[in-house]
Amino acid sequence: MNQSDVAAALRQVLPADCVLSRDEELRPYECDGLSVFRQKPMLVVLPRTEDEVRDVLITCRRLEVPVVARGAGTGLSGGSTPHQSGVLLSLARLNRILQIDPIARTARLQPGVRNLKVSEAAAPHGLYYAPDPSSQIACSIGGNVAENSGGVHCLKYGLTVHNVLAIRGFTIDGDLVELGGGAPDHPGLDLLALVIGSEGLLMVVTEVTVKLIPRPQLARVVMASFADVRDAGNAVAAIIAAGIIPAGLEMMDRKATVAVEPFVKAGYDLSAEAILLAEADGTPEEVADQIAEIEKVLRAAGATAMVVSSSEAERLRFWSGRKNAFPAAGRISPDYYCMDGTIPRKNLGPMLEAIEDMEARYSLRCMNVFHAGDGNLHPLILFDANTPGEWERADRFGAEILELCVRLGGTITGEHGVGIEKINSMCVQFSPVERDAFLRIKAAFDATGLLNPGKAIPTLARCAEYGKMHVHRGDLPHADIPRF
Amino acid sequence: MDTPAVLKELRERVVSAHQQRQPLRLRGAGTKDFYAEESSDAAVLDLCPYRGIVDYEPSELVVTARCGTPLSEIESALADHGQFLAFEPPALGSDPTIGGVIAAGLSGPRRMYAGAARDFVLGATLLDARGDILRFGGQVMKNVAGFDVSRLLCGSLGIFGVITEVSVKVLPRPRAEETLRFEMPAREAVAAFNRWSGQPLPLSGAAWWDGVAWIRLSGASSAVRAAHERLGGERVDPTAAIQWWNALRHCQHPVFRSSLSLWRLSLPDTTPPLALSGDPLIDWGGALRWYAYDPQSGDEPRKAASAAGGTAMCWHGPAPASGRFHPLKPTVATLTRRLKDHFDPHGIFNPGRMIAGL
Repeated sequence: MNQSDVAAALRQVLPADCVLSRDEELRPYECDGLSVFRQKPMLVVLPRTEDEVRDVLITCRRLEVPVVARGAGTGLSGGSTPHQSGVLLSLARLNRILQIDPIARTARLQPGVRNLKVSEAAAPHGLYYAPDPSSQIACSIGGNVAENSGGVHCLKYGLTVHNVLAIRGFTIDGDLVELGGGAPDHPGLDLLALVIGSEGLLMVVTEVTVKLIPRPQLARVVMASFADVRDAGNAVAAIIAAGIIPAGLEMMDRKATVAVEPFVKAGYDLSAEAILLAEADGTPEEVADQIAEIEKVLRAAGATAMVVSSSEAERLRFWSGRKNAFPAAGRISPDYYCMDGTIPRKNLGPMLEAIEDMEARYSLRCMNVFHAGDGNLHPLILFDANTPGEWERADRFGAEILELCVRLGGTITGEHGVGIEKINSMCVQFSPVERDAFLRIKAAFDATGLLNPGKAIPTLARCAEYGKMHVHRGDLPHADIPRF
Repeated sequence: MDTPAVLKELRERVVSAHQQRQPLRLRGAGTKDFYAEESSDAAVLDLCPYRGIVDYEPSELVVTARCGTPLSEIESALADHGQFLAFEPPALGSDPTIGGVIAAGLSGPRRMYAGAARDFVLGATLLDARGDILRFGGQVMKNVAGFDVSRLLCGSLGIFGVITEVSVKVLPRPRAEETLRFEMPAREAVAAFNRWSGQPLPLSGAAWWDGVAWIRLSGASSAVRAAHERLGGERVDPTAAIQWWNALRHCQHPVFRSSLSLWRLSLPDTTPPLALSGDPLIDWGGALRWYAYDPQSGDEPRKAASAAGGTAMCWHGPAPASGRFHPLKPTVATLTRRLKDHFDPHGIFNPGRMIAGL
C-alpha cells in the first residue's frame, strides 16, 4: 500500500488536518523517549474523537496497514517507535478530563491527559492519582496504561495496574472493548490486568478511569548517607524487615549524586558512597513515629549521617535530585542509556559490584539510581554516540546488566517496558513455549498482527537469530567469568 | 512421593487427558466446589499432593508456594514473621489451597483498602494442556516484561490449565488495629463510608449489618488513635472485632446460612440501597452486598445490580436461567473464548466452570 492511497483512505474518515504526510510533518514523530531508535512513519494521524480512532483502526485493518499508537512520546523503550510502512496513531488530541467524581474518588480521562494534570484536577478535593513516573509532567495516562508505569511511590501505592479501574477502547477490528468498571469485582477473566502493560499490542485505549486517593496530610523524607553501597542495600532490606513500608525508598550512588548536585543543589552528601531517601507519609503523629523508626533502623544499618526534611520545600528539594537524575546524566555526558531491570532487594549489593566490573570492561561510566524499595534499578550508562563504537558498547553493557537481572531472579524491565529496545532480552527471560503463549494472546486480540508489530514480544525466529548471534559473537565479553 | 514425581504425574495426567480429550476437573481442597457452574462428568485432578512453600524471605515481601499448599500453612509461616496476606482470602469454613485461592481470585474485607487477590499476584506457573510448564511474572514487585499472564490467571478458575506455583506479595501486619461501631441505617452508612474513604484515614474495613456500621482502622497506633478520635463511634472489644471481621472474610456470617438463595452483588461503592426486599450484608465500603433472596424471584438481584452499574453472582441456591455468574459482555466473551481456544484447544480444563459450554 503506498502512502498516498492510505492517506486518501484516512482522509475519508478524518478531516484533512488530522492526517500528516509531508516529510517535515512526520519528522517530529520519528522517535519517542528512546532517541537512539529512529524511524519515520508512513503517515501520522491525529484523531480528535473516539469515533475517529475507531474509523482509523477499521481503515487500517481493511488496508492491512500496521498501526502504532502513541501518547506523549516519553516512553523509554521505543514502544511507540514508528513502523516505516505504518500509521502512527497519536492520541494527543484526546486530552480531556471527562469527569472528576470526588464522592466515588474516580477520574474518567481521555488517553492523552497528562499524568500530573490528573492530580492537579483532583487536588481541590484533597485527592490525587498515585502513580508518578519521573516523566509525569509530560507523559499521558494512555501511555501509562500501555506501559503499566510505576514511579517512586509504587512500593506503598502500587503501579498503574493497581490504580486503574476501567478502560475502554477498540481492537484493530474496530470492536469496542470495555473492561473493568465502577464496581470492584467483575465476572470472567481479568482482561483489564492483561491489557494494562500490553504496550499497544492488544487494543487502542480511548478512555481510562482511575482511582483517586486521599492526599496524606503530611510527608517527610529521611536522607541517609552510607560509606559503602552494600551497607545502603542492606539498610533497605532492614527497613522492610522491620515491618515498615515507606511511601518511597530510593537510592543513589555517589556517581549519581555528584552528577546531580551541581545541577539541582539538593544538598546531597557528596562524600557518601550512596545515599538513601526514605519517605514517610500519613497523619503528623504517624509520620513522626515512622521517621523515628526509620532513623533507628538506618543508624543500626550503618548510616554515617542523616537529615530529615523539616519543611515541604526541603522535602521537595531532597527529591529534586532523584527526579532530575536523568537530565543530570544528559548534562554530564553527551548521551546516556537508561536501564530498567528489577532484582530481589537482597541482590542489590552483588548487582552493584557486577556493574562496577562491567564499567571497567566496557570502558564506560555508569551512574546508579534505584527504586530500592522495590528492587527496580535504573543504571544510567554514559556514552557519546559520536565516538565510533561507544553506542555498541553501551548497548552490550545494558544487555549484560539485563541478563544478570534475570539470573539474579529478577526481570529485564520493571516499568519502562520492552518496546523495541529489550526485545532481544525477552529471549533470555522467557522460554520458547512462554513466548509462544504471549503470541497466542496477541493473536486472540489481534489476529492480523497489525497493532504495534515488532514490539514487546519477539517472534520465535527472532530469538533463534539472537541466540545464534550470541554464539557467533566472539566478542561477547568475558564468557569465562563466573556469573551468578 | 517426592515433589518432582508429583509434578511428573500431574503432567502425565494432563498430557494424556489432552490426547484423549478427557475433561479434567482441577481441584484443591474442594472448598469452592459450590462456586461456579455445575461441572460436567470430568475426572478430578487432585492438586493437594503438589504442596509446600518453595521460597519465603520476609524482607523480600514475597512468598512462593506450590498450588496444593494449604492456606493455613502459608498464613502461619507469615505470622511467624509478623506478615500476612493483605487481601484476606476467604477460607470458607475450611482450609483452601493457595492454588484454589488464586484460581478463584476472591478477596476479603480489606480488598478496597489494601487491594484484591490479583493486586498481590507477582508470578505464576502454568501447566498447560500440552504438558508445558510456563512461568510468568516472578518474585519482584515491578515487572512489565511480557503480558501480565500471572494476573490473568488469578480468577481464571483453572480454564487455562493447572496453576502449579504462585508468588504472592505479602505485607507486614499493621501495628495497631481497632474496630468502631456506629448505629445508623444502611443509606447513611454507605454515604459515610464514601465520605471517609475520601479522607486520609487508615481504613481497612467498612461493613454494615442490621442497623450497625463497622469500621476497622489499621496502621501505626498513633494514626489509629487519631482516626478514632476524629470519627467517634463505639470501640469494639478486640475479640469481638476479630470475630466479626473473620465471619465476614470467611463467609461465616449468619447470612451465609440462609436457606434462601444468596446473591453476591459487586457494585460501585456509592450505590444507594437497592430497591430489593430485605436488608443486605454490606462489605467493602458499600461495594459488596450480600442478599438472601427468594429463589422464586428469579434474577431480580441481578437486574438491580446491572441497573446500578454492577454485577451479581448467585453464590448459593438454584442457579437462575441467566446463569450462576453474571453474563459477560459479548466482546469480553468472544475474547475469553479465543484465549481459551489458544491455550486449551480441546477444552479439557474445567469445562463449563466459568461459562456454560466453554
